[in-house]
Amino acid sequence: MRFTGVQKILWGMAGLASLAYGTLVLIANHTPLPSIVAPFRPTFALPDAEGRLRSTVEFAGKHQLVFFGFTNCPDVCPTTLAEVAQVLDGLGDQATLVQPLFISIDPIRDRRLGLADFTAAFHPSILGLAGDEAQTRAAASSFHIYYEREVNANASDGYTMSHSPSLYLIGPDGDWLRQFSYGTPADEILNDLKQRLRTS
Amino acid sequence: MRHLLAFLVLSLAISPAMACETVQLGSLEISEAWSRASIGMARPGAFYVTIRNTGATDDTLTAITTPVSDKPMLHETVVKDGVASMPHAMAIPVPAGSTMALEPGGYHGMLMGLTKVLKEGEEFPVTLTFREAGHVTVPVLIRGMGARDAGCPDIKK
Repeated sequence: MRFTGVQKILWGMAGLASLAYGTLVLIANHTPLPSIVAPFRPTFALPDAEGRLRSTVEFAGKHQLVFFGFTNCPDVCPTTLAEVAQVLDGLGDQATLVQPLFISIDPIRDRRLGLADFTAAFHPSILGLAGDEAQTRAAASSFHIYYEREVNANASDGYTMSHSPSLYLIGPDGDWLRQFSYGTPADEILNDLKQRLRTS
Repeated sequence: MRHLLAFLVLSLAISPAMACETVQLGSLEISEAWSRASIGMARPGAFYVTIRNTGATDDTLTAITTPVSDKPMLHETVVKDGVASMPHAMAIPVPAGSTMALEPGGYHGMLMGLTKVLKEGEEFPVTLTFREAGHVTVPVLIRGMGARDAGCPDIKK
């Protein structure tokens, strides 16, 4: 195959253009991409149902699936914990690599009503934690989550709680990995976890 | 003895179907009424149901009453800007030709002040009041605490 002069020039220009493009791509890749959520490590130190202080470090090496809720909640909390239970069952033997946590945002009432029987009703592995006001605030702000007591004359004890209803996934090294927004099907959570457990 | 056995088998087979049966009130079809088992009586229970309006007139669910709760209310779970709250719904619309489901994460009945422990597998009655169609009482199946639907064998949506 023989190139004419014009063809040689055209091919040369095409080559130069792709070289320039490649260089641009390389440069672009070297600049760090802004991440949606800056990496952070949520922490907590909260007593369990027996009053023993439990903290983040204890679960190092495991994935943690964390839900903030309250036991007086008739709809969102049972629905989410039922999903957590389904995920744990779906994990089979690998369930030991995942620690599910229920952190009470209504700790005083939840202690009175019973924390352990509530979590156990969904799955025996779910660890319920309920601290005092300061411990709870500290844990919530460390996870960047919101909760608030709402005065409501019609509610039991005259108040209810509004809260972030997502499930939060913490990695074996304590890094915040992602959240599963409320209503994420259990299968989707299960597949995500299985994939992570396969590669870790 | 054989008769007793047959009766037991039959009653076991029949009881879940009763709760799953569709109850008719005018042009409203009410089905899949269910609740979750409770631990004791201190925490509120939930009530879920599916209402299908096959008629040409809009209707509204305005109230629920039941002997198992001193203070049954209609609520809606709202997730807005990543925060879940549960405002009191005064009434739940059931527009003509549509199906309104009271289901986890949306509209639901909140059974406050339980008068008895809700045990899995048992039933209790709930009376629904509609603005147009009037009252109707339906059997509510109590499912496990982890249930997410009525678990009826034949779910019509």
